[in-house]
Amino acid sequence: MTPEETLEILKNKFPDSEFTYDNELPVDAYIIVNPKDLLDVCFFLRDEENLQFDTLMNLSGVDDNNATKVKDEEGNEKLEGRTLSVYYHLHSMKFDHKFYLKVSLPIEKPEVESVESVWKCADWHEREAYDMFGIIFLNHPNLIRILLPYDWEDGSYPLRKDFETPEFYNGMKIPY
Amino acid sequence: MPIKTEEMVLNMGPQHPSTHGVLRLELKLEGELILDVKPHIGYLHRCFEKHCEAMTYPQVVPYTDRMDYLASMSNNFGYAVAVERLMGIQVNERVEYIRVIMAELQRIASHMVALGTYGVDIGAFTPFLFLFADRERILTLFEETCGARLLYNYMWVGGLSHDIHPDFVRKTKDFVQYFRPKIDELNNLLSYNKIFVERTANIGILPADVAINYGITGPILRASGVKWDLRKNDPYSIYDRFDFDIPVGEGLKGTVGDCWDRYYVRVLEMVESLKIIEQAIDNIPEGDVQEAVPKRVKPPKGSIYARFENPKGELGYFIISDGSVNPFRVKVRAPSFVNMEVFGELCKGHFVADVISILGSMDVVLGEIDR
Amino acid sequence: MGLLDQEFSDSNIVIAKSEDLLNWARLSSIWQLSFGLACCAIEMMATSASHYDFDRFGVIPRPSPRQADVILISGTVTLKMATRIKRLYEQMPDPKYIISMGSCANCGGPYWEHGYHVLKGIDRVIPVDVYVPGCPPRPEALLEGLLKLQEKIRHETLRRTA
Repeated sequence: MTPEETLEILKNKFPDSEFTYDNELPVDAYIIVNPKDLLDVCFFLRDEENLQFDTLMNLSGVDDNNATKVKDEEGNEKLEGRTLSVYYHLHSMKFDHKFYLKVSLPIEKPEVESVESVWKCADWHEREAYDMFGIIFLNHPNLIRILLPYDWEDGSYPLRKDFETPEFYNGMKIPY
Repeated sequence: MPIKTEEMVLNMGPQHPSTHGVLRLELKLEGELILDVKPHIGYLHRCFEKHCEAMTYPQVVPYTDRMDYLASMSNNFGYAVAVERLMGIQVNERVEYIRVIMAELQRIASHMVALGTYGVDIGAFTPFLFLFADRERILTLFEETCGARLLYNYMWVGGLSHDIHPDFVRKTKDFVQYFRPKIDELNNLLSYNKIFVERTANIGILPADVAINYGITGPILRASGVKWDLRKNDPYSIYDRFDFDIPVGEGLKGTVGDCWDRYYVRVLEMVESLKIIEQAIDNIPEGDVQEAVPKRVKPPKGSIYARFENPKGELGYFIISDGSVNPFRVKVRAPSFVNMEVFGELCKGHFVADVISILGSMDVVLGEIDR
Repeated sequence: MGLLDQEFSDSNIVIAKSEDLLNWARLSSIWQLSFGLACCAIEMMATSASHYDFDRFGVIPRPSPRQADVILISGTVTLKMATRIKRLYEQMPDPKYIISMGSCANCGGPYWEHGYHVLKGIDRVIPVDVYVPGCPPRPEALLEGLLKLQEKIRHETLRRTA
């Protein structure tokens, strides 16, 4: 089943929700999903008789770094509209078809439902996205840092584009 | 008189001879019985993804070497193919054939380490020495080709760093001839050894549906009886031209999906890799291995998720390009990272000594888990 | 001092300086803490295995720091790991030696610039006796590093320094 057909099924099933088909990219096309519908959509994709996306191949956080300059009333320039994204790469072992989802979250409040209850393997992937980007996955059973030490500085997320390496960690100098 | 027991937390690692690197396990025990296992990872987090964003596309290749350092060729292979797909580069036949031969040799070398160290974990030291002596032969083949023993930087975007040398074909054939009887020797020495079977059969059984839900791939999934191999199911490069089988676990000594099956699937995979090498080695066409190497690697704006069958499982590269010479984002779906998640589930209800059996049978590489 | 095997025609008394004797004993059986970090650990394993045979220099892997004489830092040291390595080092009995194997342990290696979680050289945490360069060093290079360490032990003294 092609992504376009899957999208049609989704549109019929969730008439109130918005789905954007993003295929300007040359290799892979994405369906952008509204964050609040994500969990329902994922359950539907997994359980629907002729879709059966039983594996989550990959889940990755991305810092889109797409802030634009906006002038407020007093004429001061400030950056707004920066988003963090989460990409979900789904695959069905039974039918051997793929489907790629994306949600975009504002950087001020990067919160999205966890899909750990749908696919078990999302657990560590989501912890990694939290660790590296600070994306909060709601209702995740154990959302703590995974790769970095547990006492790493709060609010310091290394894969964000504006990350700066701290000078010291526990008395050890970090820069060369 | 009833014996009073209480729950105990036992820390295992990061320095422990059987954790295959710097893995820390927090075992919750009741006597010898395991109630829960929490793996703590990140002791080898080397910031791979941050480095990708700072490097140009060809400069990332040496860093991919250092993820799964037992299978550097396969990592190079995946990255090169992913970027080539993003740029629409078609490499010539000679490159494809050499790449497949190298990747399969690497698969054998990686499985040798997996099986050898598994033997050491269980208490059999001799197979380790035998397998490492044979592994040196493969490393010598690699070294003669590209000058490195472990981390090769061999497969570039669009080609290879060096052509094979004139003697390579003969030496590889010699190796295949030499190694085939060695597998029977390994079987007699370790696989069917009573002590080894007692320690591994019926231990850590992973049912197929749990494996799929956890996203398990590679030999572990196949040992659970699922015939799934990306070389057949989602062929990349020229794998669709070769005739080989996908070995699956059959529960010969115990139950399907136990530690022994996971071990034995790797042994059978080495035989299949020898088959592929044999078919490919005589058909290497002439050509220039750097014909398609671009002067400047600058993919168009876009993204790709490409996946490959590594010795450990499905290796996925998710690359986003913003049209510049540096990747905007590279996320690696490392097979060991995902496979490790099911570990706690497998250990529950077993004894402490079985943790070693189960961990060894998963064949995880910490460089890849932590990246 | 070398090997005394079959050097004498009959049983004999050997007179040696206590310093020489102690040093000779120490350098001939350097027990290594069996502890691997990253890629270099694979080369360390290859050095211990059949082809290169670390054993002939008296190097035997010991799983416990209490029984080890030398710790081989074989790979990238991350910030999360550095404190653990320090503790392992402190648990080892004196005299103890450190071989820093590979560029990562020497100075951060390929991760020196952007490695926000990589310690740029193990010598920032514990003192190093021998540095072995390479990424990863060949087993021959590691053997050379060990011979250098033996050379260093051979010239140790028992005398009190002023």
